[in-house]
Amino acid sequence: MKELASRALNLAQTLGATYADIRIAHRENQSVIVKNGTVEAISLSSNQGFGVRVIADGAWGFASTARLERNTIDEITALAIDIAQASALVKGGRLDLGPPEVHVDTYHTPVEVDPFQVSLDQKVDLLLACDEAMRRTRGVAVAEGNMLFMRKSQLFASTEGSLIEQEITETGAGLVATAVGHDEVQRRSHPNSFGRNQGTAGYEFIEKCDLLANAERLGEEAVALLSARQCPSQVTTLILGPTQLALQIHESCGHPTELDRALGTEASYAGTSFLTPDKLGGFPYGSDIVNITADATVVGGLGTFGYDDEGVAAQRTHLIKDGIFVGYLTSRETASRFGQRSNGAMRADGWGNIPLIRMTNINLEPGEWELADLFADTDDGIYMEMNKSWSIDDKRLNFQFGTEMAYEIKKGKRGDLLKNATYAGMTPQFWASCDAICNDKYWDVWGTPNCGKGQPSQVAHVGHGASTARFRNVHVGVMR
Amino acid sequence: MLGESQLRERIEHALSLSRADQTEVVIVGEDEQLTRFATSYIHQNVARQDLDVRVRVVLGKKIGVGSTNDLSDEGLARAVESAMTAASYQRDNPDFLSLPQPQPIRQVNGFVQATKSCTPRSRAEAARTICLPAREQGLDASGAFATRTYEYAVGNSLGIFAYYPTTLADLRTVIMSDEGSGYAAACSLDVEEIDAESVGREAIDKALRSQNPAEAAPGEYTVILEEYAVGGLLAYLAYMGFGAQAFQEGQSFMSGSLGKKVTGDNITIYDDGFDPTSLPMPFDFEGVPKQRVECINGGVVQGPVYDSYTAGKEKSKQSTGHALPAPSSIGPFAWNLAMAGGQVTKEEMLASTEKGLWVTRVHYVRPVHPLRTIVTGMTRDGTFLIEDGEIVGPVKNLRFTQNLLEALGEAEQIARETRLTREAFMESFIGGIRVPALKIGRFEFTSATEF
Repeated sequence: MKELASRALNLAQTLGATYADIRIAHRENQSVIVKNGTVEAISLSSNQGFGVRVIADGAWGFASTARLERNTIDEITALAIDIAQASALVKGGRLDLGPPEVHVDTYHTPVEVDPFQVSLDQKVDLLLACDEAMRRTRGVAVAEGNMLFMRKSQLFASTEGSLIEQEITETGAGLVATAVGHDEVQRRSHPNSFGRNQGTAGYEFIEKCDLLANAERLGEEAVALLSARQCPSQVTTLILGPTQLALQIHESCGHPTELDRALGTEASYAGTSFLTPDKLGGFPYGSDIVNITADATVVGGLGTFGYDDEGVAAQRTHLIKDGIFVGYLTSRETASRFGQRSNGAMRADGWGNIPLIRMTNINLEPGEWELADLFADTDDGIYMEMNKSWSIDDKRLNFQFGTEMAYEIKKGKRGDLLKNATYAGMTPQFWASCDAICNDKYWDVWGTPNCGKGQPSQVAHVGHGASTARFRNVHVGVMR
Repeated sequence: MLGESQLRERIEHALSLSRADQTEVVIVGEDEQLTRFATSYIHQNVARQDLDVRVRVVLGKKIGVGSTNDLSDEGLARAVESAMTAASYQRDNPDFLSLPQPQPIRQVNGFVQATKSCTPRSRAEAARTICLPAREQGLDASGAFATRTYEYAVGNSLGIFAYYPTTLADLRTVIMSDEGSGYAAACSLDVEEIDAESVGREAIDKALRSQNPAEAAPGEYTVILEEYAVGGLLAYLAYMGFGAQAFQEGQSFMSGSLGKKVTGDNITIYDDGFDPTSLPMPFDFEGVPKQRVECINGGVVQGPVYDSYTAGKEKSKQSTGHALPAPSSIGPFAWNLAMAGGQVTKEEMLASTEKGLWVTRVHYVRPVHPLRTIVTGMTRDGTFLIEDGEIVGPVKNLRFTQNLLEALGEAEQIARETRLTREAFMESFIGGIRVPALKIGRFEFTSATEF
């Protein structure tokens, strides 16, 4: 592979590239899905290929193919050059990557138990046991469970001299119980919604998910929600559990701090950002207890790696410090426009796509509160957990989210269960109203394996560290 | 491009390797080239050649899937073995009856050589056609121009073999300043039918008219939804309710509502894989020919779309040819949707509106309550206030939280002309949504944003 990489880089330079890199990648996936007592699917897949990215005539070109052969190395490299030369017909300003990034290194996800060595029988048996437990409650119409294991091996090489080999292992699992009643469908998920929770880890991640211990509860709660009260429409105090807080961070901090969005290069699809460069360093994003970091080094996070997909080492950096907007997620090209070095956020969805600025692990740093104290200190409000619905405008200001479950808080105690809970707000006002964050005992990194961005669309695997936090004067109960 | 004979040979080879009771092989080849521009220059420009080989084997009532993107003998053998391994760990699925039997498939020509041959330079020139006039107006142009060639081949051990090559050209642009934006898009099988100048002109005109928007209070409005907006909403109605899996699980608005009226008489929505004015697809990912399915006719629920698995769960049902690649977590899906046009023009809709909002497109639509077809989302890239039959100026974007069937029940007027639209989630396969503009009597906006 190193020989093929070298061939591509040499040819690119011969054809006029001032910079080139190549990623040769191979990915193995294993997934198990059970539903209502049957194994709905077991699938094993593999995927390989390479992509060549070049700068020629001062513009970008990229080409990729699944066929990894000597002649396709030549064809694809030449195509990338041809594309770059076409890009130069409608060129922007000078394209500068900043100082060279030269790393010769290897990185492997630390794995305690290789998930590909655990038998499929063991995985199926656990999911079927969970499925049975979810369906113990009368009224559960659909019980689903899944596990996913992924191993990606990638070689990155650049004309600057980098040669980086990485092996990323991911493990994920999730359960969902759905109850159907008259004019009502309710569901409960564990440990996260929209499929599963996921991390860079081995099979030990499955043990940590504690699936079987939570399965019966999901069925009970889904059925209970059918007859729960509709979430009232009011302005009140809102406490968000960690999985919903993770989604809040993702949508209202992660995406708007992507520098490509702020510079307008995602405008035609996902949109831009209210966090424009003039706000950097002084804009009050939230209250002074709000500290948000981008940390690609946190152990087990779904956005954890050794190097990003343009060969920049993984880093931890502040995006929001003491409530002030202080940093973007950057690439080499965008960082250099601000006289900075990249903080390592360029990630590609496989060998066939160019790297884009993506989240790594975007974490709301823990606060100081004990969870029990936070509830006891809340006289009147609503607690919400586990995302069910999410939408935000194209500058990431106006948002509306819905959760699977909510309940009232009255005089510091848990009150009635509430269904179809929603809340809405504007990003800076919402984070400015944050007055309490629970401490690190309640903090974990939650995986989001379905973050979409770019054209062609790419899916990134990112993480979000969160505990539980409280927000004042929030509009809840938007749905009639 | 691999061609029919090579794909047939590869499928037959894979089938010959299988020791299963039944075997299915699906190969999707994709050659995609996409030129992306932003702030009026090309910043991303890519090409990708990939394929997906999916082998599904059946051992009794145990099913396993293996996949690869390696078409070599070794790659196919590994995919077949992976599928056999997966099936061997399965438990019996009593609902599974059989892979489908062969049926005649009507031929459709969806392949246009000009689209396949489109060069990076041609796409760059189209981008320039949009960027330069935008710059002259002091506006920034962003967008993407994609040309794609797909090959679909399906074979199974019961005798199915189906092959369909097709092409797609897809251009979309957002023209913007700090004070407003406009959108336009076009898609076709034939790249020569994409008029970049016209697309750019439409978006620039919209952007110029969107400058310095006023605030509009949230609340109920009469709305005129342009085709882009209707397509965005209809895609989610289909996602939530048009598939047999959701129907059978009681999670679709169609569950328990067959034959019931759910919208006004004037609403007819159907799926037609053979519509030559759309982006045709003659068979599904099981090789079953696509049937035209009337999901809602004259406001009355007719039924969902089926694949062979969901059809097998109901007596006397046959697949309608709407299977997605196995395994599909959402079941069958309608991806050649259309809404029947009406009697008026958009100008007549506007002239008949005393007060309301004109909505160009919708953004980030998501289900809030799928069974009740409630969604939320934002307006984007051209929202205008209508007074006394005229557009009086741009307004800042609003968030809607709306029951879609109720909205369709309030459709006062439907435009005669229809337009072909595509949604982002359709990127990986051919398919489109042909829709008219709609005038909806009451549409609920629940909050506003700052731009």
